[in-house]
Amino acid sequence: MPLPRWLFSDRAGLVLLAVLAIIGVGVPVLNLLVPPDNPLHLTAYTVTLIGKYLCYALLAVAVDLVWGYMGILSLGHAAFFALGGYCFGMYLMRQIGTRGVYGDPMLPDFMVFLNWKALPWYWHGFDMFWFAALMVLVVPGLLAFVFGWFAFRSRVSGVYLSIITQALTYALMLAFFRNEMGFGGNNGLTDFKDVLGFPLHADGTRIVLFALSALALAGGYLACRWLVSTRMGRVLVAIRDSEDRARFLGYRVERVKALVFTFSAALAGVAGALYVPQVGIINPGEFAPLNSIEAVIWVAVGGRGTLVGAVVGAVLVNYAKTWLTGALPEVWLFALGGLFVAVTLLLPYGLIGLLRRREATT
Amino acid sequence: MPSRTPIRAGFLALALALLTLFGASPARAADDSVRIILAQLRDADFDGKTELIEKLVTLDHPRIATILKALSDSRLYYQEEGDRMVIGLGDGAEIAIEDAVSGATLGQVGKRDLDRITANNRLRSLIEDRLASLGLASADPRQRKAAVEAFLRNPDPASAERLRARLAVETETDIKDLLMMALALADLASDDATVRAKAATALGGRLQTEIRGPLARMAAEDGDPAAKEAARIALARTEFRMQMLGWAETLFFGLSLGSVLILAAIGLAVTFGVMGVINMAHGELMMLGAYTTWLVQQWLPVNWSLPVAVPLAFLVAALVGIAIERGIIRFLYGRPLETLLATFGVSLILQQAVRSIFSPLNRSVATPDWMSGTILLGPLEVTLNRLVIVGFCIAVFALLWLALQRTRLGLEVRAVAQNRAMARAMGVRSARVDALTFGLGSGIAGVAGVALSQLTNVGPNLGQSYIVDSFMVVVFGGVGNLWGTMVAGLSLGVANKLLEPWSGAVLAKILVLVFLILFIQKRPRGLFPQRGRAAEV
Repeated sequence: MPLPRWLFSDRAGLVLLAVLAIIGVGVPVLNLLVPPDNPLHLTAYTVTLIGKYLCYALLAVAVDLVWGYMGILSLGHAAFFALGGYCFGMYLMRQIGTRGVYGDPMLPDFMVFLNWKALPWYWHGFDMFWFAALMVLVVPGLLAFVFGWFAFRSRVSGVYLSIITQALTYALMLAFFRNEMGFGGNNGLTDFKDVLGFPLHADGTRIVLFALSALALAGGYLACRWLVSTRMGRVLVAIRDSEDRARFLGYRVERVKALVFTFSAALAGVAGALYVPQVGIINPGEFAPLNSIEAVIWVAVGGRGTLVGAVVGAVLVNYAKTWLTGALPEVWLFALGGLFVAVTLLLPYGLIGLLRRREATT
Repeated sequence: MPSRTPIRAGFLALALALLTLFGASPARAADDSVRIILAQLRDADFDGKTELIEKLVTLDHPRIATILKALSDSRLYYQEEGDRMVIGLGDGAEIAIEDAVSGATLGQVGKRDLDRITANNRLRSLIEDRLASLGLASADPRQRKAAVEAFLRNPDPASAERLRARLAVETETDIKDLLMMALALADLASDDATVRAKAATALGGRLQTEIRGPLARMAAEDGDPAAKEAARIALARTEFRMQMLGWAETLFFGLSLGSVLILAAIGLAVTFGVMGVINMAHGELMMLGAYTTWLVQQWLPVNWSLPVAVPLAFLVAALVGIAIERGIIRFLYGRPLETLLATFGVSLILQQAVRSIFSPLNRSVATPDWMSGTILLGPLEVTLNRLVIVGFCIAVFALLWLALQRTRLGLEVRAVAQNRAMARAMGVRSARVDALTFGLGSGIAGVAGVALSQLTNVGPNLGQSYIVDSFMVVVFGGVGNLWGTMVAGLSLGVANKLLEPWSGAVLAKILVLVFLILFIQKRPRGLFPQRGRAAEV
């Protein structure tokens, strides 16, 4: 079967897909088949860690789609990530059933603790996997659509949009911290037991979740790559470079923006949904404005408007974070802050841009 | 021992005579006449004591009330060593004592060395009665006031006549007012329904709990319909006033929160509004101001620290701001999204720097004496520090406005903001103006930090908690418009506090944020959009 042309338009993307295929197969093999005393063996911790990076990478791809191609600097994408995570977390909570501390068949522990008598209406349906999976896409997507539709229709753009997306995630964080919201307040959702009947802490389940993350990232990348190579992708770039001209040429700018923003939010939601079972907890801290901005810096480091750069940036920055917060916790925020400054001043096109420039000069 | 008493009395009388002879001060003379009576108190029976108390009351001496109170509380003792009457303070086997007449402290003694002067309930009620009249007749208006207030707390129909007598001669208006209130309260218990109704009407609108209780009782159970109705109306008036007072209080809290928001946002209004630069490190510049206050307090006494801290915080934050502008922002003009990211990086660095240098824990900044406590604004009790901050906010706003409207730098700032190329053509050194404008905005953030240090915890996260709010204020008010920032800050502060009792603090904040998000969709340029070509860029 011949590969479609749009796939060939980006060689780096092919490399990325190859790498994803290799680790998608290699990591499970190194974890399950290589004996633990072998130096090549990967521990369950490492597998989960890489799985986490892949989820972040998917979030970064979602951010890159709206920022790199459409020029919308969203400082609230972590909100969509967290909402996807909460949706899936609610499913996992319902799966606990009578195994909770209080053993209530319907109510999660924290509701029993708060003396709630019945399940709130918005918790119904989350005991079914398909419903939760659908909500992972629908809830962030719907919020993004409503928010984006109003914002883009009234031509809120540039830094104004950035600031109100930040206000959005901030407001959601404050809201989710409230016990009355029914999402576990401060502690969030945790103590998950199993997913679709498979115990979460089993090696097999971890590997499957890992493979799914790799698959989702590959799928997310392909979908975005396809999207930006279509005619609509051209319109996106036109909007980024001059919104007014695109509008005068007759494109319904706000519709395109709202649509792509919604798609990007749903993608972020999927990333969150895969993230939660791997780390085993979701709490309101995920809504913190800092998380959204961190996602933006991953994209900036890798190179925006390249999709591959987003993945590279997310993995590199998070690897540095894991390493630095372990080895030199004091230094991490200095390094992250310095990264923000250095990348914007010295590397406006990120690492991928650096590579391309070198290619162009040689 | 009793046999010695007359001798002692005689000796004292002699001493008194001698002192008068040698021209001792009248105060000493009064002291001694009190001592003579007190000396007799020890051996007197209860009837004798009654007589002596009546005598004491006639003397004009500042300690009489204290002594009588001590006698009533069984804290008046005779100390053999020193042969004097003392007042015990506190409990236990060892108590602190003071001289009954002079009030001089005499250190700790064992209770065993003291002879208690006993009192019975008849004496106590006599003392209470006499103390009340003593207070009412006192030359000191504060004591008179205290006496009437004591009556209000514990109305006794028997004392009403005394109050009425005092009312006839009282000259201080506020005590007169209090006396009338007390009399009306006494009249509520009258047998005559018209007197009761009249008293109830007179009491309407009074906020004291001592009055609301009896009024409410009367409105509920008075047998006479007219009196009942009068009490009901009076009570309604009281409730209305309380409601108004509640609103006024909410308004004040709103103003106070609003002025904090304005202080936090006004520097941002300069950098964002005038220069179009998003400074995400603005909150951290406030944090630097707050830490400067803390540092100043390590060197200077608390009461003097703030006048020093304000200019110093301005300087520190302004210098850091100019460094940020020269080092980073000037390379990013025209790329607002990149500026946002770079300054966010700066904010992380500043946060971590403070965490590493000072500690991740909160620092406690003390409030000077002249800013603590409460003050009465009419019937409204407000905390002084909040009031000072409202005034401080107005001062900062006025100074900034003057700086922008009346100085050479302000003129240049406005010129560059309106049309950079044209300003440069007219000879304005725009790079210098940029640096100074940014320094000005940052310096105001530092000054805001000084104010914040008086209200909240000073820690590395101080800035983060205000950054979203202050951006919202600027955007709501309309970018590039100082008055808009002021109106926006005040209205958001008041709205927040109006919502709070109804919805709780967190939900109120969320509601305000949601309102703002919706508002910006409707009016992307804020309440007071800047007009003209400059606004379209």
